[in-house]
Amino acid sequence: MPTDGFMYPNEIELQWSVLIVLYPFLTGLVAGAFILASLERVFRVEAVKPTYRLALLTALAFLLVAPLPLQLHLGHPERSFEMYLTPHRSSAMAMFGFVYLWYLMAVLVLEIWLDYRRDIVVLSQTTTGIKRLLYRVLTLGSSNISENALAIDNRVGWVITVIGIPSAFLLHGYVGFIFGSIKANPWWSTPLMPVVFLFSAMVSGIAAVLLLYMLLNRLRKQPSDIRCVDTVAKYLFYMFIIDFSLEMVDLIHRIYESDESFRSLDFMVHTRLFLSQVVIQILLGTVLPIVLLALTQVARLSEIARKRIYVFAGCLTLIGIFAMRWNVVIGGQLFSKSFLGYTTYKMGFATKEGLLPAIVLTVLPLFILWVLVKVLPPWSEKETAPVSAAVAAN
Amino acid sequence: MNMTRRHFLVLLPAAALAWENILAGAPETATNYHTSEHWWGMLVDIEKCIGCGSCVRACQKENNVPDGYYRTWIERYRIKEVNGVETLEVDSPDGGMNGFPSSNEPGVKEFFVPKMCNHCADSPCTQVCPVGATFVTPDGVVLVDEKYCLGCRYCIQACPYGCRFLHPQKNVAQKCTLCYHRITQGLTTACCENCPTGARQLADLKNPKDPIHEFLRTHSVQVLKPHLATGAKLFYNGLDGAVR
Amino acid sequence: MKLKDAAHLFRLAGVFAAGILIFILVRSYLVPKSFGQYGHFRGDALTEIKAQPISYAGHQACEACHSDVLDLKSKGKHAQVNCEACHGPLAKHADDPGGVTPEKLDTAKLCVRCHEANSAKPKKFPQVASMEHSGGLACNECHTPHSPAIVTEGGKK
Ligand code: HEC
Ligand code: HEC
Ligand code: HEC
Ligand code: HEC
Repeated sequence: MPTDGFMYPNEIELQWSVLIVLYPFLTGLVAGAFILASLERVFRVEAVKPTYRLALLTALAFLLVAPLPLQLHLGHPERSFEMYLTPHRSSAMAMFGFVYLWYLMAVLVLEIWLDYRRDIVVLSQTTTGIKRLLYRVLTLGSSNISENALAIDNRVGWVITVIGIPSAFLLHGYVGFIFGSIKANPWWSTPLMPVVFLFSAMVSGIAAVLLLYMLLNRLRKQPSDIRCVDTVAKYLFYMFIIDFSLEMVDLIHRIYESDESFRSLDFMVHTRLFLSQVVIQILLGTVLPIVLLALTQVARLSEIARKRIYVFAGCLTLIGIFAMRWNVVIGGQLFSKSFLGYTTYKMGFATKEGLLPAIVLTVLPLFILWVLVKVLPPWSEKETAPVSAAVAAN
Repeated sequence: MNMTRRHFLVLLPAAALAWENILAGAPETATNYHTSEHWWGMLVDIEKCIGCGSCVRACQKENNVPDGYYRTWIERYRIKEVNGVETLEVDSPDGGMNGFPSSNEPGVKEFFVPKMCNHCADSPCTQVCPVGATFVTPDGVVLVDEKYCLGCRYCIQACPYGCRFLHPQKNVAQKCTLCYHRITQGLTTACCENCPTGARQLADLKNPKDPIHEFLRTHSVQVLKPHLATGAKLFYNGLDGAVR
Repeated sequence: MKLKDAAHLFRLAGVFAAGILIFILVRSYLVPKSFGQYGHFRGDALTEIKAQPISYAGHQACEACHSDVLDLKSKGKHAQVNCEACHGPLAKHADDPGGVTPEKLDTAKLCVRCHEANSAKPKKFPQVASMEHSGGLACNECHTPHSPAIVTEGGKK
């Protein structure tokens, strides 16, 4: 029996599948990674510099994939361009198209282009064949990399980063708003939703960049800059505390207010959502990594131990944030809006909205990132030589 | 007895309205429909509903509603009360399409509640549509444009009443159209046409002669989930507080 | 001097401007003509939705040819029960009575839909436990569907 109690007859089928879980997860990584990158640029946190370019590329890779789960989920994907033709001003979702384009084109692509322009021009002169053509196009026919030009780039880039921070907030805050503004659904409808989404986005994005940074260095057989890793982990820890507090505020508020939906939702959390919400999201995905990160802040641990803890905590964080998206999206559809019953979500595997496409879409950004790293290497040529890297680390 | 019978007849505006439109002239004048002159809603009298499912069947046939989905459905509420504590049981087998088995349990308050789109004036579903594929018409009916709908299902999430669904073949959102193809031709909706007891009555709130006005004045009428301020135009007479 | 060093930025701005221009052109071409006629939706959608065929002709449609039944019914207890509530959707029959003949109704199934006793039905509504009441006979053995009340010695029923 898939349902318990009474559901409105049209409610038995879930509308938003695992793909819609993936979508805020991916945009969250984008926003988080970008904000990490802007730490260096705007707030001049020098220690995180080694992750700057990687964070930008990560953001781009995930941003390119972010609309795909939505697209795949639509009943009529071929009509999605209508969102640009006749956007409905009162719809949070309609603004998606524009916020997305703004963020992709005006912020990320521009910032990356400005930051890489020197490299692109150099590469367009040193490479051959099809690669040369690609870099040629990317230079837009201007090979001016005089000091003055680069200084201008730098200043414009700074301005864009400054604009980019609120944009990143907007990008993800509005994803929270898509859910938070649905008054029909008490599980979603809370003004805290955009804020919680934002902070969890930062947490997941920072964790992702941290993991990718360490992974890529491992693949390149380079030592990770421990000062950088420590600093990033410290920010992860701070963000996590804010995020956790916000979620707890929301929870306590709900419990204390106990409105008409409370009994129904409470029951759901204790039964159908117990594993994904209490065990995975809160205990494993939030409390444990916070404790682990706190440990690295308080105790004097060796470098190796710290790095291992970071990797472990980072993985747990990503799982926890994914579980959080899951509990919001899927959890919000498991109970009846009559508060009298519950349904279940049956995830297909190789179906259009099943597990397989979800996995493909999670791996795809990593693949894109790999291509991006090949085309636009985030580390300068000098650094690649092991000796100078060690020197740079000092 | 006589009194209630008369009442009964007065409260058949659906038929009356249709008649009036027909009597006003040949059906050709009925096509002379001006959206600005109407503001549609519906009245549901719970005390009259016998849960026969005629409305549900009629709706499915009139509108080709796919199996397992409902543009209108009937719920049966069964409320037991012990020491001031109420327990609630609700069911709707096949949307009430084939009626309900009798429970014959003594001491239980039982009644039927027909449900459908509330054609809200401030409808939360049209608000969230990203492209304008669902909308409130100038005469107050919430409709879906099948050729424009993306199938994103945001509107389904936003409807507090569970009135929308995704058509399994067409992959677009669907819902009650208040039989827009009928009411614009001077007919009443399929569900009202087939309701044997007049528990459902189409109402034109802009027509001063519509008996709905008299009814609203003289009865305690309620809408569903009033706290959500959706501007629902599905008015219920005799709605129990337990109904959600 | 300065301007020259920013030349690449102007090129980029050019690319953006071109993109926006193309978007505006494509948009004006692709937005449906009737969009915005009555509000933020395709005006033609109203016409399309109105064009849906009708299945239930409506009570008064039957009068043209079946006024006898209508007269009989309007005097009986089923006065408020419309023809198609029992006979099903008959718009096609009303258009073409020779071509489309209504199905014969099975009263044993039809009448109990409304009249089978159920504790959730309003108490005022006449209802019977059909097995005991009819003893398995079809309802129209005793009742006339169009004017079903049977007057017994017990009183005016
Ligand atoms: C244009 C005239 C016309 C209209 C309008 C019309 N009918 Fe008929 N109907 C006929 C004729 C003629 C017959 C007999 C046809 C036959 O025996 O095949 C008939 C036969 C019937 C029968 C009986 C068939 C049988 O088994 O003997 C039913 C029931 C019926 N109509 C119901 C309706 C209903 C309900 C409506 C209103 C929706 C309606 N009709 C509208 C002309 C009409
Ligand atoms: C309560 C249900 C009910 C209603 C309402 C109803 N009918 Fe009938 N009708 C029946 C049944 C039952 C029969 C007999 C079954 C059969 O022999 O096919 C019948 C038979 C008929 C026949 C066949 C010949 C006859 O007169 O017996 C016609 C014509 C007809 N109905 C027309 C109408 C029209 C027109 C209306 C609306 C004014 C109407 N009916 C309303 C149940 C109903
Ligand atoms: C669509 C629902 C419906 C169907 C089908 C239906 N009826 Fe009725 N019936 C009613 C309604 C409504 C009344 C009027 C009740 C009232 O006066 O409150 C009624 C009244 C009656 C009465 C009069 C009861 C009294 O108050 O004396 C009888 C007898 C009756 N029906 C028998 C039948 C028979 C026999 C059939 C099958 C041919 C039938 N009905 C089919 C809805 C239906
Ligand atoms: C053997 C003849 C017979 C058959 C068959 C029959 N009835 Fe009756 N029915 C009567 C008589 C006689 C009365 C009126 C006496 C009474 O009030 O009990 C009546 C009364 C009714 C009433 C009104 C009851 C009330 O409380 O006012 C309904 C409703 C009814 N019948 C429905 C049906 C239905 C539905 C069927 C088919 C399942 C059916 N009848 C079959 C003889 C019959």
